[in-house]
Amino acid sequence: MTQAHPFGSEITTEEILENFSFFEDWEEKYGYLIDLGKELPPLSNDEKIEEHLIRGCQSQVWILSEWKEDKLYLSADSDAIIVKGLVALVLAAFHGKTAAEIKAFDIQDYFTQLGLLKHLSPLRGNGLRSMVNYILSLV
Amino acid sequence: MTSNELYIQKIRQDFPILSHQVDGKPLVYFDNAATSQKPQQVLDVLENYYHKTNSNVHRGAHTLSMQATAAFEDARQKVAQFVHANCPEEVVWTKGTTDGINLVASSWGRANLKAGDKVMVTELEHHSNIVPWQIICEEKGAHLVVLPITDEGVLDLSQLDAILDDKVKFVSVGHASNSLGTINPVKKIIAKAHAMGAKVLIDGAQAASHIDIDVQDLDCDFYAFSGHKMMAPTGIGALWGRKELLEAMPPYQGGGEMIESVTFEKTTYNVLPYKFEAGTPNIAGAIGLGAAVDYLASLDMPRLHEHEHNLLTYAIEQTANIPGFHRYGHPDKSTAILSFGIQGLHPSDIGTLLNQQGVAIRDGHHCTQPLMQRLGIPGTARVSFSFYNTFEEVDALVAALKKIVKMFL
Repeated sequence: MTQAHPFGSEITTEEILENFSFFEDWEEKYGYLIDLGKELPPLSNDEKIEEHLIRGCQSQVWILSEWKEDKLYLSADSDAIIVKGLVALVLAAFHGKTAAEIKAFDIQDYFTQLGLLKHLSPLRGNGLRSMVNYILSLV
Repeated sequence: MTSNELYIQKIRQDFPILSHQVDGKPLVYFDNAATSQKPQQVLDVLENYYHKTNSNVHRGAHTLSMQATAAFEDARQKVAQFVHANCPEEVVWTKGTTDGINLVASSWGRANLKAGDKVMVTELEHHSNIVPWQIICEEKGAHLVVLPITDEGVLDLSQLDAILDDKVKFVSVGHASNSLGTINPVKKIIAKAHAMGAKVLIDGAQAASHIDIDVQDLDCDFYAFSGHKMMAPTGIGALWGRKELLEAMPPYQGGGEMIESVTFEKTTYNVLPYKFEAGTPNIAGAIGLGAAVDYLASLDMPRLHEHEHNLLTYAIEQTANIPGFHRYGHPDKSTAILSFGIQGLHPSDIGTLLNQQGVAIRDGHHCTQPLMQRLGIPGTARVSFSFYNTFEEVDALVAALKKIVKMFL
């Protein structure tokens, strides 16, 4: 599989939620999101192929998945940095988790607590909702 | 304040949404190429129609129906004058530009295109002026040919003679580009097309309220535009067509209103323009579009066109010293659209963070995927002005962009 990334193992949803609770304004919040996006290693050109592409109107997301024993391992990338940050948030929730853990996780609530629910809307052209739906379809 | 600034401030008061706060911030609305805001004068006419006049048109002997019909046909007359049509029968109400283009592609196309014929569009076109032609070409065995652009984002006229040959039966070109702002040399293209025996449709979606529309001067055969981009409601537009061409074209949609008589054996069709207006029309929308024509006529449009041009010039100057900023397209003649990128940033990053700061732009491919592919980019960030925008708003945009660049460094 692909390059390792820290989301879901070193960077957990608990840590993310705690960090976000400290932010007072949108600049801090989006600044952190941008930093998270930068910590997500890019996929290679061989991996950014049609098969792995979730095409949005405004940005694109690529996602690779692999089951190892009973855990789901994910890599993902986007051509937009903020979307990369949003993708990293999703990976923190689902990467390296079992099917039961994935099904039990309330992604809507997670994004609501982060104050980023609007980015998860299917009406957004960023591919994020489609990516989440894809992951949920794997379990 | 200068007298110009006072004039713009006075006009802004006509638009209630401009004093509306969005997400707790004043709205800097720079997405006018997507849709325009509406003045109270148009909103009043809409409300008045539903309060006092609402009735179906062309059907009744009762007073309200006659009043509604009069207002509806009066609006058609206004639009006919707006585009300098010869007569109101040449103005067909549509749902918008896309609907108008589909009407011509389907109706004119079905009756006139044959296998081996060509239809010419350009690399700048919006999907609405590409896909309807692809559909009819496929149906008829005709081919789509494309006039390319130069690296400056203008049509490459040096290729026109080679591409617009006598096999081209129809040419469909935008008056101005929604992605880059480029105003196309449509009169030249129309003259060449006619010399080669082809008919021409002009996609005027981006022209309405920004460029004067004169179909006689252009000498085009069809002109399509939308109400919602010229201060009128959504869901209404107009297709102007030369009378003799519209007469010869078969109906587009069938139904009530467009018929003369109906039996199960044979149905005959109504006269122009009703032949192309099946079903109950968007009556309020049409009356609203008439009101928008009136509203624009009440303004000093040459002065406002100059203001839009000045906004663009100012924006280009002020953004020049933002690190990594670059404009897409460098047309000599342009509507007030600034499509740009910032080195290292995706357009959707720019759009998202401008929105956080109360600045509304559009990011993406703007329904011009072939153009984006030609430019080798996923999309652009697009600022599009209207006459109610101000220099202060441009300052707010520039400050917001500088903040965004800092956040990413």
